[in-house]
Amino acid sequence: MNVIEVKKLTKTYNDSEVKVHAVQGIDLEIQEGEFTAIVGPSGCGKTTFLNMLGGLDQPTEGNIRIGDTMVHDLKPSELIDFRLHNIGFVFQAYNLIPVLTAKENVEFIMQLQGKSKEERDKRAISLLTEVGLGDRVDARPSRLSGGQQQRVAVARALASKPKFVLADEPTANLDSTSTETLLDIMEKLNREENITFIFSTHDARVVNKARRVIQLEDGKIIKDERKA
Amino acid sequence: MSNSETKLAWRNIWRNKRRTLITVASIFFGVILSTLMTSMQDGTYSKMIDNVVSFYSGYVQIHHPDYWETKSIDDLFVPTDSLIDIVADNKDIDLIIPRMESFSLMSYGNSTKGAMLIGVDPAKENELTRLSHWVSKGKYLNKDDDGILMAVNLAKALNVDLGDTLALISQGHHGYSAAGLFPVVGILEFPFPAMNNFGTYITIDKAREFFSAPGMVTSLVLTVDDYDDVYPIKHELETSLGDQYSVMTWDEMDPVTKQMIEGDKGQGIIMKGILYILIGFGVFSTVIMMIAERRKELGVMIAVGMNKLKLAKVLFYETMLIGIVGVVSGFAVSVPLIWFLVKSPIPLTGEVADVYEQFGMEPAIYFGNDTMVFGGQILIVFAITLLVSIYPLSKILRLQVTKALRS
Repeated sequence: MNVIEVKKLTKTYNDSEVKVHAVQGIDLEIQEGEFTAIVGPSGCGKTTFLNMLGGLDQPTEGNIRIGDTMVHDLKPSELIDFRLHNIGFVFQAYNLIPVLTAKENVEFIMQLQGKSKEERDKRAISLLTEVGLGDRVDARPSRLSGGQQQRVAVARALASKPKFVLADEPTANLDSTSTETLLDIMEKLNREENITFIFSTHDARVVNKARRVIQLEDGKIIKDERKA
Repeated sequence: MSNSETKLAWRNIWRNKRRTLITVASIFFGVILSTLMTSMQDGTYSKMIDNVVSFYSGYVQIHHPDYWETKSIDDLFVPTDSLIDIVADNKDIDLIIPRMESFSLMSYGNSTKGAMLIGVDPAKENELTRLSHWVSKGKYLNKDDDGILMAVNLAKALNVDLGDTLALISQGHHGYSAAGLFPVVGILEFPFPAMNNFGTYITIDKAREFFSAPGMVTSLVLTVDDYDDVYPIKHELETSLGDQYSVMTWDEMDPVTKQMIEGDKGQGIIMKGILYILIGFGVFSTVIMMIAERRKELGVMIAVGMNKLKLAKVLFYETMLIGIVGVVSGFAVSVPLIWFLVKSPIPLTGEVADVYEQFGMEPAIYFGNDTMVFGGQILIVFAITLLVSIYPLSKILRLQVTKALRS
């Protein structure tokens, strides 16, 4: 079953005198439970592509269907709400809310969804335990290492029970041990809970773990390979 | 106000104490500065008015209805017991001081000058104008005195000194001739040069005898407990006394001083405007700093699914809560501070003090504690905060998530 269907997706930036074709007519389908890495050199359009998949940026042309929803048909406020219920985000720089504790960061999404305090508490602690931070629930981001912050970010991304998780270079700021730990956690979540992950990455370790690798160059897919 | 948004706002402001304290401090000092400035203006104007009324006019005067226009010795009235009772019944009136005043020619030897002759109740007059304080030579009048007090320049012009006898000629009540001899018992030296040129004082009994107006007065001068009572008292007296009398306030009798105060208030408004702009920019700059610092955090919140309007509300509540904390803490400090300054004005020294004393004023900076000193300033500073809080709202509504995430 397709979680995402992308057709003729194009993004052109007209900000400067020269037009920049960041993404050029990409067609793609991503199925439920896939563990996909999008790779390519800097400036090949990975982040732009991911931003459009996540509804953070608008395509110049083409369309994206997530489940039964055509994303480009949504009004800006509907799009925010759609993201809240359907998409989990993991950012390169973790991007946790600095004034909130690990548990509060995870709870924040559920609070926006209007979940009860009891449900929020239970799920936040369960997710943090799952990513190996059951003993750091009350720590604020400044008290956590980069790897720990990124694990909180994964727990936060999963809090809303999204259709898929988008991770933009999630291991770029991590050391090798933290990268291994994070990848193991995400792989386990993917295998055991059938959560769909889509990464953009330069990191060979991530590429090795991925079961599907999509290679971009100049805003186009030049290779789409599924591993056995 | 949504509970979860308020909670989030409250949590946000206390989780970043340094940022919050900087913003609170800008509002806190804004409240203190603006209340202090307003209090100082209020105190200065009150003191100016006090000085004006205590030198001569009192806060309110009662006259014959035509007297203020004609200033004629024919337009007098008798302060009957019933009139005094009506006036004295008003609990906000402190003193009722009778006066009989008119113009008179004064002669000594070959010199003659025209001057104002004022008949006073020496004890009561002294309570209002501290007339005895300005006696530079001789003595002050007593109740049965038959002498005259003269302003210093007038005495010089007539070449009279203590013990000399002055001949006075004027028009008496209803056509009578007024003439009399008055020994000079004291010389007055006022701080205002103009007053040194024309004033002479005798007892009111002697004035009534001189003008052939037994039991009559030209005015009843009233003093009040509180400046704010002046206009209500005028209104009450006009209602109870009817058309038989004219009731005038100090500013109707002395419009020049009133205009001077109004002019000074105009300058004060400009100064306060500048102060409010400074306060506004103080608060604004800290809010700009706060938003710039949190741009990425705000971008993340929107990216993960927080509605922009909801986020704008959280920021609005944050600014408001910071505003409330700043205003309340500023109020808590400014109330005792101003209360203390009202009780203990700041003394002036040196040349400035000399100038104040020359004009018969106490050399000090006075403060007032009118309700508007606090209420008005607190409302204005809070309104500035409210105005500034528009900035985060507009920033959020225009925030581009992808740019914010890259910042």
